[in-house]
Amino acid sequence: MEDLIFNLFIFVLASFIGFELISKVPPTLHTPLMSGANAISGITLIGALIISGATGGAFSHWIGFAAIVFATINVVGGFMVTDRMLEMFKKKEDDQ
Amino acid sequence: PNVIQLIYLVATGFFIVGIRRLGSPATARSGNQLASIGMLIGVAVTLFDQEIISFEFIVAGVVIGAAIGVFAAKKVQMTAMPEMVAVFNGFGGGASALVAWGELARLNPTMFDTQSLITTGLSILIGSITFTGSFIAFGKLKGFIGGGRIALPGQNIINLVLTAVALFLVGWFTIDPANQVIFWSLFGLALLIGVLTVLPIGGADMPVVISLLNSYSGIAASMAGFVLGNNLLIISGALVGAAGLILTNIMCKAMNRTLTNVLFGAFGGGEEGPSAIG
Repeated sequence: MEDLIFNLFIFVLASFIGFELISKVPPTLHTPLMSGANAISGITLIGALIISGATGGAFSHWIGFAAIVFATINVVGGFMVTDRMLEMFKKKEDDQ
Repeated sequence: PNVIQLIYLVATGFFIVGIRRLGSPATARSGNQLASIGMLIGVAVTLFDQEIISFEFIVAGVVIGAAIGVFAAKKVQMTAMPEMVAVFNGFGGGASALVAWGELARLNPTMFDTQSLITTGLSILIGSITFTGSFIAFGKLKGFIGGGRIALPGQNIINLVLTAVALFLVGWFTIDPANQVIFWSLFGLALLIGVLTVLPIGGADMPVVISLLNSYSGIAASMAGFVLGNNLLIISGALVGAAGLILTNIMCKAMNRTLTNVLFGAFGGGEEGPSAIG
């Protein structure tokens, strides 16, 4: 029970930080911001690492393996496309 | 373990500063880079977790996932970015559902406490909705699925009822976690809800929907963090969940719409997507 309360505390406090983190984002940044935040949600990768690497049956290891593949696509692809978008953004600014 | 926790705290800092900097044009690129460094730190230090004893699956999974991610990210056209983000997001949501399922398969479900069971159920529910919803969004933007609004009569009511049933199943699963019928019904229904809630929404509104699904995948990751008792997952997931919701709201305002209108507007009357017939 104490664990639950503690976890709820950090969940709620982190949510408040998340709510305050961004405001007045220019429209050109909507997609890159969405994409960057999306890459961060691939943090579930560390959960996948534990599932597939810790003790357990073959079945749970395979589930963990699938989770790793999925989450790694999210993380690696997500950060890379965000960087590509922002790189173009920068160039466009320079041209003007 | 304490050292791992402290390094997790450092990773959290990178994420917070990263998201903050992503919101402003001059700093956006460095913000993305900081966030990716935070991710690298978090993943690297997790490998030192004492619970992890075998690395074959980890190495294989990361290599395959990274190869697919790099390939997709390099190949994608600049004009196809929103659908690419949708695909990545779908994989992230799916991964969170798999993590919760994997933890359930790894341990005896009857040993789970109520907190872990509720969050396992929620992680599977939200993660699966994100998974199928994102792929439907991708299909709509790509034009595989009609770009206009496709809806059955009373679609909104059907969706609300199905969501209520799904939440009821989460509750039932919490009471009877070993019941396979309940578990698979929940999983299947969640996947179906993802399809049915995105399908009626017009193609022009897809970016807003993807942003909302991005927020969902953050919450799913956070729930997976509750299941595993992992602070970094709980915090990062909550950050993305909340920031994603704010961004969704900002995007709606930029289009002079409300979120309710986007989500339930299929029969809102008067307002139509650019191609009204799917």
